[in-house]
Amino acid sequence: MKTDGLLRIGCAMGTALVGAAVFGPVLAPYDPTAVVAARLAEPMPPGAPFYLGTDDLGRDVLSRLLYGARISVLVGLVAMSVTMTIGTAVGLTAGYFGRFIDVVLMRITDVMLAFPGLLLAVALVAVLEPSVWTIFIVIGLVSWTGVARVIRSEVLSLREREYVVAARAMGAGSTRILWRHILPNILPTMLVIAALSTSGTILLDAGLSFLGIGVPPPTPTWGRMIQEATSYYRVAPWLMLFPGAAVLYAVLAFNFIAYGLARQGRAPTT
Amino acid sequence: MRYVLTRLAWALIILLGTSTITFGVAFLVPGDPARVIAGPRADAETLAQVRRELALDAPVVTQYARYLGRLVRGDLGRSYATREPVGTLLLRRLPATATLALTALAVAIVIGLLGATVTARFAGTWIDRTALVASLTLLSAPVFWLGMLALYYVGYRWRLLPLGGAGSPRHLILPALVLGSGTGVYYARLLHTNLVEVLGQEYIRAARGRGVGAIRLLFRHALRNACLPLITVIGLDLAALMNGVVLTETVFHWPGIGRLAFEAVLNLDVPVIMGAVLLSASLVVSASLMVDLVYRVVDPRIRLE
Repeated sequence: MKTDGLLRIGCAMGTALVGAAVFGPVLAPYDPTAVVAARLAEPMPPGAPFYLGTDDLGRDVLSRLLYGARISVLVGLVAMSVTMTIGTAVGLTAGYFGRFIDVVLMRITDVMLAFPGLLLAVALVAVLEPSVWTIFIVIGLVSWTGVARVIRSEVLSLREREYVVAARAMGAGSTRILWRHILPNILPTMLVIAALSTSGTILLDAGLSFLGIGVPPPTPTWGRMIQEATSYYRVAPWLMLFPGAAVLYAVLAFNFIAYGLARQGRAPTT
Repeated sequence: MRYVLTRLAWALIILLGTSTITFGVAFLVPGDPARVIAGPRADAETLAQVRRELALDAPVVTQYARYLGRLVRGDLGRSYATREPVGTLLLRRLPATATLALTALAVAIVIGLLGATVTARFAGTWIDRTALVASLTLLSAPVFWLGMLALYYVGYRWRLLPLGGAGSPRHLILPALVLGSGTGVYYARLLHTNLVEVLGQEYIRAARGRGVGAIRLLFRHALRNACLPLITVIGLDLAALMNGVVLTETVFHWPGIGRLAFEAVLNLDVPVIMGAVLLSASLVVSASLMVDLVYRVVDPRIRLE
Protein backbone atom coordinates (compact mmCIF):
# COMPACT_ATOMS: atom_id res chain seq x y z
CA MET A 1 0.00 0.00 0.00
CA LYS A 2 1.26 3.45 -0.92
CA THR A 3 1.86 5.83 1.98
CA ASP A 4 -0.24 8.99 1.86
CA GLY A 5 1.72 12.07 0.76
CA LEU A 6 0.59 14.33 3.59
CA LEU A 7 1.33 11.57 6.09
CA ARG A 8 4.91 11.30 4.79
CA ILE A 9 5.47 15.08 4.92
CA GLY A 10 3.92 15.20 8.40
CA CYS A 11 6.16 12.38 9.68
CA ALA A 12 9.28 14.07 8.27
CA MET A 13 8.30 17.39 9.87
CA GLY A 14 7.49 15.66 13.17
CA THR A 15 10.82 13.80 13.22
CA ALA A 16 12.72 17.05 12.64
CA LEU A 17 10.73 18.69 15.44
CA VAL A 18 11.41 15.91 17.92
CA GLY A 19 15.07 15.96 16.83
CA ALA A 20 15.27 19.70 17.53
CA ALA A 21 13.67 19.13 20.92
CA VAL A 22 15.96 16.25 21.92
CA PHE A 23 19.20 17.78 20.64
CA GLY A 24 18.18 21.39 21.41
CA PRO A 25 20.84 21.93 24.10
CA VAL A 26 23.55 20.63 21.74
CA LEU A 27 22.32 22.61 18.73
CA ALA A 28 21.63 25.88 20.57
CA PRO A 29 24.55 28.27 20.04
CA TYR A 30 23.97 30.13 23.33
CA ASP A 31 22.44 29.76 26.76
CA PRO A 32 18.74 30.66 26.23
CA THR A 33 18.53 32.67 29.45
CA ALA A 34 21.89 34.45 29.20
CA VAL A 35 22.35 38.03 27.99
CA VAL A 36 24.59 37.61 24.95
CA ALA A 37 23.98 40.73 22.83
CA ALA A 38 26.46 43.59 23.08
CA ARG A 39 23.81 46.28 23.43
CA LEU A 40 21.19 45.94 26.13
CA ALA A 41 17.49 46.77 25.96
CA GLU A 42 17.51 46.95 22.18
CA PRO A 43 16.57 43.90 20.13
CA MET A 44 19.07 43.06 17.35
CA PRO A 45 17.72 42.03 13.92
CA PRO A 46 18.60 38.61 12.48
CA GLY A 47 22.20 38.32 11.21
CA ALA A 48 25.45 36.62 12.21
CA PRO A 49 26.28 35.69 14.90
CA PHE A 50 22.62 35.78 16.05
CA TYR A 51 20.88 34.16 13.09
CA LEU A 52 17.36 34.87 14.32
CA GLY A 53 18.23 38.07 16.19
CA THR A 54 18.12 38.83 19.90
CA ASP A 55 15.23 39.88 22.13
CA ASP A 56 14.70 42.99 24.26
CA LEU A 57 16.82 41.51 27.07
CA GLY A 58 19.68 40.65 24.72
CA ARG A 59 19.01 36.88 24.63
CA ASP A 60 19.54 34.76 21.50
CA VAL A 61 16.20 34.02 19.80
CA LEU A 62 17.41 30.84 18.02
CA SER A 63 18.60 29.28 21.29
CA ARG A 64 15.35 30.22 23.00
CA LEU A 65 13.35 28.69 20.14
CA LEU A 66 15.28 25.41 20.37
CA TYR A 67 14.75 25.19 24.13
CA GLY A 68 11.12 26.16 23.58
CA ALA A 69 10.73 23.17 21.25
CA ARG A 70 11.54 20.90 24.21
CA ILE A 71 8.65 22.32 26.22
CA SER A 72 6.20 22.30 23.30
CA VAL A 73 6.98 18.69 22.35
CA LEU A 74 6.98 17.56 25.99
CA VAL A 75 3.66 19.27 26.79
CA GLY A 76 2.22 18.17 23.45
CA LEU A 77 3.00 14.49 23.99
CA VAL A 78 2.40 14.19 27.75
CA ALA A 79 -0.81 16.26 27.81
CA MET A 80 -1.97 14.30 24.75
CA SER A 81 -1.43 11.06 26.69
CA VAL A 82 -3.46 12.43 29.62
CA THR A 83 -6.21 13.53 27.22
CA MET A 84 -6.23 10.17 25.43
CA THR A 85 -6.26 8.19 28.70
CA ILE A 86 -9.23 10.07 30.17
CA GLY A 87 -11.07 10.24 26.84
CA THR A 88 -10.57 6.55 26.01
CA ALA A 89 -11.55 5.41 29.50
CA VAL A 90 -14.76 7.47 29.43
CA GLY A 91 -15.58 6.58 25.80
CA LEU A 92 -14.99 2.82 26.27
CA THR A 93 -17.00 2.66 29.48
CA ALA A 94 -19.90 4.71 28.14
CA GLY A 95 -20.03 2.94 24.78
CA TYR A 96 -19.59 -0.61 26.05
CA PHE A 97 -21.71 -0.64 29.20
CA GLY A 98 -24.37 1.68 27.83
CA ARG A 99 -27.63 2.37 29.65
CA PHE A 100 -27.36 4.43 32.84
CA ILE A 101 -23.56 4.70 32.81
CA ASP A 102 -23.66 5.96 29.24
CA VAL A 103 -26.28 8.62 30.02
CA VAL A 104 -24.38 9.91 33.05
CA LEU A 105 -20.96 9.97 31.34
CA MET A 106 -22.30 11.64 28.21
CA ARG A 107 -24.09 14.32 30.23
CA ILE A 108 -20.82 15.05 32.04
CA THR A 109 -19.18 15.28 28.61
CA ASP A 110 -21.90 17.71 27.46
CA VAL A 111 -21.26 19.87 30.51
CA MET A 112 -17.52 19.94 29.81
CA LEU A 113 -18.19 20.74 26.14
CA ALA A 114 -20.06 23.90 27.15
CA PHE A 115 -16.85 25.38 28.57
CA PRO A 116 -14.44 27.18 26.31
CA GLY A 117 -11.40 24.96 27.02
CA LEU A 118 -8.91 27.80 27.11
CA LEU A 119 -10.93 29.84 29.65
CA LEU A 120 -11.52 26.82 31.87
CA ALA A 121 -7.81 26.00 31.71
CA VAL A 122 -7.02 29.61 32.63
CA ALA A 123 -9.33 29.35 35.65
CA LEU A 124 -7.79 26.03 36.75
CA VAL A 125 -4.21 27.22 36.39
CA ALA A 126 -5.08 30.46 38.23
CA VAL A 127 -6.17 28.57 41.36
CA LEU A 128 -3.47 25.86 41.20
CA GLU A 129 0.30 26.10 41.52
CA PRO A 130 1.80 26.99 38.14
CA SER A 131 4.20 24.26 36.98
CA VAL A 132 4.77 21.93 34.03
CA TRP A 133 2.76 19.25 35.85
CA THR A 134 -0.21 21.57 36.33
CA ILE A 135 -0.18 22.31 32.59
CA PHE A 136 -0.15 18.57 31.71
CA ILE A 137 -3.10 17.81 33.99
CA VAL A 138 -5.13 20.94 33.18
CA ILE A 139 -4.86 20.50 29.41
CA GLY A 140 -5.87 16.84 29.82
CA LEU A 141 -8.83 17.80 32.01
CA VAL A 142 -10.24 20.35 29.56
CA SER A 143 -9.70 18.50 26.28
CA TRP A 144 -10.75 14.85 26.76
CA THR A 145 -14.37 15.39 25.67
CA GLY A 146 -13.82 15.16 21.92
CA VAL A 147 -11.82 11.93 22.33
CA ALA A 148 -14.51 10.40 24.55
CA ARG A 149 -17.27 11.09 22.02
CA VAL A 150 -15.38 9.61 19.07
CA ILE A 151 -14.32 6.47 20.99
CA ARG A 152 -17.85 5.99 22.33
CA SER A 153 -19.44 6.03 18.89
CA GLU A 154 -16.80 3.56 17.58
CA VAL A 155 -17.44 1.20 20.50
CA LEU A 156 -21.21 1.47 20.05
CA SER A 157 -20.93 0.08 16.53
CA LEU A 158 -18.32 -2.58 17.41
CA ARG A 159 -20.28 -3.85 20.41
CA GLU A 160 -22.95 -5.37 18.21
CA ARG A 161 -20.56 -7.06 15.74
CA GLU A 162 -20.89 -10.81 15.47
CA TYR A 163 -17.41 -11.68 16.72
CA VAL A 164 -18.01 -9.64 19.88
CA VAL A 165 -21.39 -11.27 20.41
CA ALA A 166 -19.75 -14.66 19.78
CA ALA A 167 -16.99 -13.93 22.30
CA ARG A 168 -19.61 -12.92 24.86
CA ALA A 169 -21.60 -16.09 24.17
CA MET A 170 -18.46 -18.16 24.77
CA GLY A 171 -18.26 -16.61 28.22
CA ALA A 172 -15.58 -13.95 27.78
CA GLY A 173 -15.68 -11.27 30.47
CA SER A 174 -16.07 -7.55 29.82
CA THR A 175 -12.40 -6.84 30.46
CA ARG A 176 -11.31 -9.49 27.97
CA ILE A 177 -13.75 -8.34 25.30
CA LEU A 178 -12.74 -4.69 25.70
CA TRP A 179 -9.03 -5.47 25.76
CA ARG A 180 -8.81 -8.23 23.14
CA HIS A 181 -11.67 -7.48 20.75
CA ILE A 182 -12.66 -3.83 20.93
CA LEU A 183 -9.45 -1.93 21.70
CA PRO A 184 -7.40 -3.40 18.81
CA ASN A 185 -10.18 -2.44 16.40
CA ILE A 186 -10.35 1.16 17.48
CA LEU A 187 -6.55 1.60 17.37
CA PRO A 188 -6.53 3.19 13.87
CA THR A 189 -9.08 5.77 15.00
CA MET A 190 -7.12 6.32 18.20
CA LEU A 191 -3.96 7.06 16.20
CA VAL A 192 -5.77 9.73 14.21
CA ILE A 193 -7.25 11.43 17.26
CA ALA A 194 -3.95 11.14 19.12
CA ALA A 195 -2.25 13.11 16.34
CA LEU A 196 -5.10 15.64 16.24
CA SER A 197 -5.03 15.92 20.01
CA THR A 198 -1.26 16.56 19.97
CA SER A 199 -1.68 19.49 17.59
CA GLY A 200 -4.62 20.81 19.61
CA THR A 201 -2.58 20.51 22.80
CA ILE A 202 0.40 22.41 21.35
CA LEU A 203 -1.96 25.23 20.27
CA LEU A 204 -3.71 25.30 23.64
CA ASP A 205 -0.38 25.36 25.48
CA ALA A 206 0.85 28.20 23.26
CA GLY A 207 -2.37 30.10 24.03
CA LEU A 208 -1.93 29.58 27.78
CA SER A 209 1.70 30.75 27.60
CA PHE A 210 0.60 33.73 25.54
CA LEU A 211 -1.90 34.67 28.27
CA GLY A 212 1.00 34.48 30.74
CA ILE A 213 -0.01 31.35 32.65
CA GLY A 214 1.81 28.57 30.82
CA VAL A 215 4.95 26.82 31.97
CA PRO A 216 6.53 29.39 34.33
CA PRO A 217 9.80 31.26 33.54
CA PRO A 218 12.76 31.06 33.18
CA THR A 219 11.94 28.11 30.84
CA PRO A 220 11.52 29.68 27.38
CA THR A 221 8.19 28.81 25.71
CA TRP A 222 7.05 29.84 22.25
CA GLY A 223 3.78 31.31 23.53
CA ARG A 224 5.49 33.52 26.09
CA MET A 225 8.10 34.63 23.52
CA ILE A 226 5.19 35.92 21.40
CA GLN A 227 3.63 37.53 24.46
CA GLU A 228 6.91 39.29 25.31
CA ALA A 229 7.15 40.48 21.71
CA THR A 230 3.77 42.28 21.81
CA SER A 231 5.35 45.53 23.02
CA TYR A 232 8.05 45.35 20.32
CA TYR A 233 6.23 43.97 17.30
CA ARG A 234 6.58 47.22 15.32
CA VAL A 235 10.32 47.77 15.86
CA ALA A 236 11.31 44.11 16.15
CA PRO A 237 8.79 41.96 14.22
CA TRP A 238 11.19 38.98 14.19
CA LEU A 239 10.56 38.53 17.91
CA MET A 240 6.99 37.38 17.22
CA LEU A 241 7.54 36.08 13.68
CA PHE A 242 9.87 33.16 14.52
CA PRO A 243 8.15 31.72 17.61
CA GLY A 244 4.78 31.95 15.85
CA ALA A 245 6.20 30.17 12.82
CA ALA A 246 7.59 27.51 15.18
CA VAL A 247 4.13 26.89 16.69
CA LEU A 248 2.63 26.78 13.19
CA TYR A 249 5.27 24.25 12.08
CA ALA A 250 4.74 21.94 15.07
CA VAL A 251 0.94 22.04 14.88
CA LEU A 252 0.97 21.57 11.12
CA ALA A 253 3.23 18.51 11.39
CA PHE A 254 0.70 16.70 13.59
CA ASN A 255 -2.28 17.92 11.55
CA PHE A 256 -0.66 16.50 8.41
CA ILE A 257 -0.08 13.19 10.20
CA ALA A 258 -3.69 13.10 11.44
CA TYR A 259 -5.17 13.99 8.07
CA GLY A 260 -2.87 11.63 6.18
CA LEU A 261 -3.65 8.74 8.54
CA ALA A 262 -7.38 9.37 8.25
CA ARG A 263 -7.20 9.51 4.46
CA GLN A 264 -5.05 6.40 4.22
CA GLY A 265 -7.42 4.52 6.53
CA ARG A 266 -10.34 5.41 4.28
CA ALA A 267 -8.55 4.71 1.01
CA PRO A 268 -9.08 0.91 0.57
CA THR A 269 -12.83 1.10 1.15
CA THR A 270 -13.73 4.11 -1.00
CA MET B 1 -43.88 21.36 22.28
CA ARG B 2 -42.88 18.34 24.31
CA TYR B 3 -39.52 18.38 22.53
CA VAL B 4 -38.99 22.05 23.38
CA LEU B 5 -39.64 21.40 27.07
CA THR B 6 -37.32 18.36 27.27
CA ARG B 7 -34.61 20.27 25.45
CA LEU B 8 -35.06 23.22 27.84
CA ALA B 9 -34.81 20.89 30.84
CA TRP B 10 -31.57 19.40 29.50
CA ALA B 11 -30.15 22.89 28.98
CA LEU B 12 -30.93 23.72 32.62
CA ILE B 13 -29.27 20.49 33.78
CA ILE B 14 -26.17 21.33 31.74
CA LEU B 15 -26.11 24.82 33.27
CA LEU B 16 -26.37 23.29 36.75
CA GLY B 17 -23.46 21.02 35.80
CA THR B 18 -21.29 23.93 34.67
CA SER B 19 -21.96 25.79 37.92
CA THR B 20 -21.04 22.64 39.87
CA ILE B 21 -17.70 22.56 38.09
CA THR B 22 -16.95 26.25 38.66
CA PHE B 23 -17.94 25.77 42.30
CA GLY B 24 -15.59 22.83 42.51
CA VAL B 25 -12.75 24.83 40.99
CA ALA B 26 -13.26 27.89 43.21
CA PHE B 27 -14.04 26.22 46.54
CA LEU B 28 -12.51 22.78 46.60
CA VAL B 29 -9.02 23.65 45.39
CA PRO B 30 -6.13 22.84 47.69
CA GLY B 31 -5.40 25.86 49.83
CA ASP B 32 -7.60 28.50 51.40
CA PRO B 33 -10.64 29.42 49.26
CA ALA B 34 -11.09 32.66 51.24
CA ARG B 35 -7.56 33.62 50.22
CA VAL B 36 -8.30 32.69 46.60
CA ILE B 37 -11.51 34.73 46.54
CA ALA B 38 -10.37 37.75 48.55
CA GLY B 39 -7.05 38.09 46.77
CA PRO B 40 -3.42 37.77 47.78
CA ARG B 41 -3.25 41.19 49.44
CA ALA B 42 -6.31 40.80 51.69
CA ASP B 43 -5.78 41.34 55.46
CA ALA B 44 -6.98 39.04 58.23
CA GLU B 45 -10.18 41.03 58.75
CA THR B 46 -11.23 40.82 55.09
CA LEU B 47 -10.44 37.10 55.09
CA ALA B 48 -12.66 36.59 58.13
CA GLN B 49 -15.43 38.58 56.47
CA VAL B 50 -15.19 36.54 53.27
CA ARG B 51 -15.36 33.34 55.32
CA ARG B 52 -18.50 34.58 57.07
CA GLU B 53 -20.16 35.78 53.84
CA LEU B 54 -19.51 32.57 51.93
CA ALA B 55 -20.11 30.31 54.95
CA LEU B 56 -16.80 28.59 54.33
CA ASP B 57 -16.89 26.66 57.61
CA ALA B 58 -20.31 25.18 56.75
CA PRO B 59 -20.60 21.70 55.13
CA VAL B 60 -19.89 21.54 51.39
CA VAL B 61 -23.57 20.95 50.53
CA THR B 62 -24.62 24.13 52.34
CA GLN B 63 -21.83 26.06 50.65
CA TYR B 64 -22.92 24.77 47.26
CA ALA B 65 -26.59 25.64 47.91
CA ARG B 66 -25.61 29.17 48.89
CA TYR B 67 -23.36 29.46 45.85
CA LEU B 68 -26.26 28.51 43.57
CA GLY B 69 -28.51 30.97 45.41
CA ARG B 70 -26.04 33.76 44.75
CA LEU B 71 -25.74 32.77 41.07
CA VAL B 72 -29.52 32.81 40.59
CA ARG B 73 -29.59 36.36 41.99
CA GLY B 74 -26.81 37.26 39.53
CA ASP B 75 -24.26 37.72 42.31
CA LEU B 76 -20.88 36.55 40.98
CA GLY B 77 -18.81 38.10 43.76
CA ARG B 78 -16.56 41.13 43.57
CA SER B 79 -13.40 41.70 41.59
CA TYR B 80 -10.59 42.14 44.05
CA ALA B 81 -8.70 44.41 41.71
CA THR B 82 -11.46 47.05 41.41
CA ARG B 83 -13.93 45.89 44.14
CA GLU B 84 -16.73 46.17 41.56
CA PRO B 85 -19.38 43.43 41.30
CA VAL B 86 -18.25 40.89 38.69
CA GLY B 87 -21.73 40.82 37.11
CA THR B 88 -21.57 44.56 36.35
CA LEU B 89 -18.06 44.24 34.90
CA LEU B 90 -19.10 41.40 32.61
CA LEU B 91 -22.31 43.07 31.43
CA ARG B 92 -20.40 46.21 30.52
CA ARG B 93 -18.04 44.16 28.32
CA LEU B 94 -20.68 41.89 26.80
CA PRO B 95 -21.77 44.15 23.86
CA ALA B 96 -18.19 44.43 22.53
CA THR B 97 -17.73 40.64 22.64
CA ALA B 98 -21.12 40.02 21.03
CA THR B 99 -20.29 42.46 18.20
CA LEU B 100 -16.93 40.82 17.54
CA ALA B 101 -18.16 37.23 17.81
CA LEU B 102 -21.20 37.75 15.58
CA THR B 103 -19.21 39.63 12.92
CA ALA B 104 -16.56 36.89 13.00
CA LEU B 105 -19.29 34.27 12.65
CA ALA B 106 -20.66 36.09 9.60
CA VAL B 107 -17.13 36.24 8.11
CA ALA B 108 -16.71 32.52 8.84
CA ILE B 109 -19.99 31.59 7.15
CA VAL B 110 -19.11 33.61 4.04
CA ILE B 111 -15.65 32.02 3.85
CA GLY B 112 -17.16 28.60 4.49
CA LEU B 113 -19.75 28.90 1.71
CA LEU B 114 -17.33 30.37 -0.81
CA GLY B 115 -14.54 27.92 0.01
CA ALA B 116 -16.81 24.88 -0.08
CA THR B 117 -18.52 25.75 -3.37
CA VAL B 118 -15.22 26.49 -5.10
CA THR B 119 -13.45 23.36 -3.81
CA ALA B 120 -16.47 21.14 -4.48
CA ARG B 121 -16.72 22.51 -8.02
CA PHE B 122 -13.04 21.62 -8.56
CA ALA B 123 -13.01 18.44 -6.43
CA GLY B 124 -10.01 16.23 -7.13
CA THR B 125 -8.07 18.87 -9.09
CA TRP B 126 -4.97 20.77 -7.99
CA ILE B 127 -7.18 23.66 -6.81
CA ASP B 128 -8.85 21.32 -4.31
CA ARG B 129 -5.52 19.89 -3.14
CA THR B 130 -3.92 23.33 -2.71
CA ALA B 131 -6.97 24.53 -0.81
CA LEU B 132 -6.66 21.54 1.55
CA VAL B 133 -3.02 22.25 2.42
CA ALA B 134 -3.74 25.99 2.71
CA SER B 135 -6.66 25.43 5.05
CA LEU B 136 -4.70 22.95 7.22
CA THR B 137 -1.94 25.57 7.46
CA LEU B 138 -4.35 28.34 8.48
CA LEU B 139 -5.98 26.04 11.05
CA SER B 140 -2.53 25.28 12.51
CA ALA B 141 -1.56 28.93 13.07
CA PRO B 142 -2.13 30.36 16.55
CA VAL B 143 -4.90 32.96 16.22
CA PHE B 144 -3.01 35.49 18.39
CA TRP B 145 -0.02 35.25 16.06
CA LEU B 146 -2.21 35.80 12.99
CA GLY B 147 -3.57 38.85 14.82
CA MET B 148 -0.09 40.22 15.40
CA LEU B 149 0.90 39.62 11.78
CA ALA B 150 -2.25 41.46 10.65
CA LEU B 151 -1.49 44.33 13.01
CA TYR B 152 2.11 44.52 11.80
CA TYR B 153 1.40 44.47 8.07
CA VAL B 154 -2.09 45.94 7.60
CA GLY B 155 -2.00 48.31 10.56
CA TYR B 156 1.65 49.36 10.89
CA ARG B 157 3.42 48.83 7.56
CA TRP B 158 0.59 49.59 5.13
CA ARG B 159 -1.29 51.93 7.52
CA LEU B 160 -4.66 50.77 6.26
CA LEU B 161 -6.44 50.07 9.53
CA PRO B 162 -6.12 51.12 13.19
CA LEU B 163 -3.57 49.39 15.44
CA GLY B 164 -6.06 47.80 17.80
CA GLY B 165 -8.61 49.26 20.18
CA ALA B 166 -12.28 49.95 19.47
CA GLY B 167 -14.56 52.82 18.64
CA SER B 168 -15.32 52.67 14.93
CA PRO B 169 -16.34 50.00 12.41
CA ARG B 170 -12.79 50.22 11.03
CA HIS B 171 -11.50 48.86 14.34
CA LEU B 172 -13.69 45.80 13.94
CA ILE B 173 -12.39 44.68 10.52
CA LEU B 174 -9.05 43.09 11.48
CA PRO B 175 -10.11 41.22 14.64
CA ALA B 176 -13.27 39.92 12.94
CA LEU B 177 -11.29 38.74 9.89
CA VAL B 178 -8.60 37.07 12.01
CA LEU B 179 -11.12 35.39 14.31
CA GLY B 180 -13.47 34.43 11.49
CA SER B 181 -10.96 33.08 8.98
CA GLY B 182 -9.89 30.02 10.98
CA THR B 183 -13.49 29.08 11.77
CA GLY B 184 -14.45 29.79 8.15
CA VAL B 185 -11.83 27.43 6.79
CA TYR B 186 -13.07 24.77 9.18
CA TYR B 187 -16.67 25.28 8.00
CA ALA B 188 -15.47 25.14 4.39
CA ARG B 189 -13.92 21.68 4.95
CA LEU B 190 -17.08 20.32 6.60
CA LEU B 191 -19.35 21.85 3.99
CA HIS B 192 -17.10 20.54 1.22
CA THR B 193 -17.58 16.95 2.43
CA ASN B 194 -21.37 17.40 2.67
CA LEU B 195 -21.54 19.09 -0.69
CA VAL B 196 -19.59 16.38 -2.52
CA GLU B 197 -21.93 13.82 -0.96
CA VAL B 198 -25.09 15.76 -1.87
CA LEU B 199 -23.86 16.36 -5.42
CA GLY B 200 -23.73 12.60 -5.94
CA GLN B 201 -27.39 12.10 -5.03
CA GLU B 202 -30.20 11.14 -7.36
CA TYR B 203 -32.21 14.35 -7.24
CA ILE B 204 -29.16 16.32 -8.35
CA ARG B 205 -28.65 13.99 -11.31
CA ALA B 206 -32.35 14.31 -12.10
CA ALA B 207 -32.11 18.11 -12.00
CA ARG B 208 -29.02 18.00 -14.20
CA GLY B 209 -30.93 15.75 -16.60
CA ARG B 210 -33.73 18.31 -16.78
CA GLY B 211 -31.09 20.78 -17.97
CA VAL B 212 -30.59 22.87 -14.81
CA GLY B 213 -27.42 24.98 -15.17
CA ALA B 214 -24.32 24.27 -13.03
CA ILE B 215 -24.54 27.47 -10.97
CA ARG B 216 -28.25 27.16 -10.30
CA LEU B 217 -27.80 23.47 -9.49
CA LEU B 218 -25.13 24.30 -6.91
CA PHE B 219 -26.91 27.16 -5.19
CA ARG B 220 -30.59 26.23 -5.51
CA HIS B 221 -30.41 22.48 -5.21
CA ALA B 222 -27.23 21.24 -3.55
CA LEU B 223 -26.08 23.97 -1.16
CA ARG B 224 -29.36 24.13 0.76
CA ASN B 225 -29.17 20.51 1.85
CA ALA B 226 -25.42 20.56 2.37
CA CYS B 227 -25.74 23.54 4.74
CA LEU B 228 -28.11 21.84 7.17
CA PRO B 229 -25.56 19.82 9.18
CA LEU B 230 -23.45 22.97 9.44
CA ILE B 231 -26.12 24.61 11.60
CA THR B 232 -25.57 22.09 14.42
CA VAL B 233 -21.81 22.46 14.09
CA ILE B 234 -22.07 26.24 14.54
CA GLY B 235 -23.92 25.63 17.81
CA LEU B 236 -21.41 23.07 19.05
CA ASP B 237 -18.36 25.09 18.07
CA LEU B 238 -19.32 28.29 19.86
CA ALA B 239 -17.15 27.21 22.77
CA ALA B 240 -14.16 26.98 20.41
CA LEU B 241 -15.06 30.41 19.02
CA MET B 242 -14.99 31.78 22.59
CA ASN B 243 -11.40 30.50 22.98
CA GLY B 244 -10.51 32.48 19.89
CA VAL B 245 -12.37 35.51 21.25
CA VAL B 246 -10.19 35.58 24.38
CA LEU B 247 -6.95 35.50 22.37
CA THR B 248 -8.12 37.87 19.61
CA GLU B 249 -9.44 40.45 22.06
CA THR B 250 -6.16 40.30 23.95
CA VAL B 251 -4.09 40.99 20.84
CA PHE B 252 -6.33 43.74 19.46
CA HIS B 253 -7.08 45.42 22.81
CA TRP B 254 -10.74 44.84 22.04
CA PRO B 255 -12.65 45.82 25.22
CA GLY B 256 -14.72 42.63 25.56
CA ILE B 257 -15.01 39.74 28.01
CA GLY B 258 -11.91 38.03 26.64
CA ARG B 259 -9.71 41.06 27.23
CA LEU B 260 -11.31 41.36 30.70
CA ALA B 261 -10.39 37.74 31.38
CA PHE B 262 -6.81 38.37 30.24
CA GLU B 263 -6.51 41.41 32.54
CA ALA B 264 -7.96 39.29 35.35
CA VAL B 265 -5.30 36.64 34.71
CA LEU B 266 -2.57 39.26 35.07
CA ASN B 267 -3.94 40.20 38.54
CA LEU B 268 -4.93 36.60 39.35
CA ASP B 269 -8.42 38.05 39.90
CA VAL B 270 -10.15 34.68 40.41
CA PRO B 271 -13.77 35.93 40.82
CA VAL B 272 -13.58 37.74 37.45
CA ILE B 273 -12.02 34.69 35.72
CA MET B 274 -14.72 32.43 37.19
CA GLY B 275 -17.41 34.90 36.13
CA ALA B 276 -16.09 34.97 32.58
CA VAL B 277 -15.95 31.14 32.48
CA LEU B 278 -19.51 30.81 33.78
CA LEU B 279 -20.87 33.50 31.46
CA SER B 280 -19.28 31.95 28.36
CA ALA B 281 -20.51 28.50 29.33
CA SER B 282 -24.09 29.81 29.73
CA LEU B 283 -23.81 31.65 26.39
CA VAL B 284 -22.70 28.41 24.73
CA VAL B 285 -25.53 26.42 26.33
CA SER B 286 -28.22 28.94 25.32
CA ALA B 287 -26.82 29.26 21.81
CA SER B 288 -26.80 25.50 21.24
CA LEU B 289 -30.35 25.32 22.62
CA MET B 290 -31.44 27.95 20.09
CA VAL B 291 -29.59 26.18 17.28
CA ASP B 292 -31.35 22.90 18.08
CA LEU B 293 -34.75 24.58 18.05
CA VAL B 294 -34.02 26.48 14.81
CA TYR B 295 -32.77 23.26 13.20
CA ARG B 296 -36.16 21.60 13.69
CA VAL B 297 -37.84 24.52 11.96
CA VAL B 298 -35.39 24.52 9.05
CA ASP B 299 -35.22 20.77 8.48
CA PRO B 300 -38.69 19.15 8.61
CA ARG B 301 -37.14 15.66 8.35
CA ILE B 302 -35.96 15.88 11.98
CA ARG B 303 -39.51 16.41 13.27
CA LEU B 304 -40.62 13.12 11.74
CA GLU B 305 -38.03 11.04 13.60
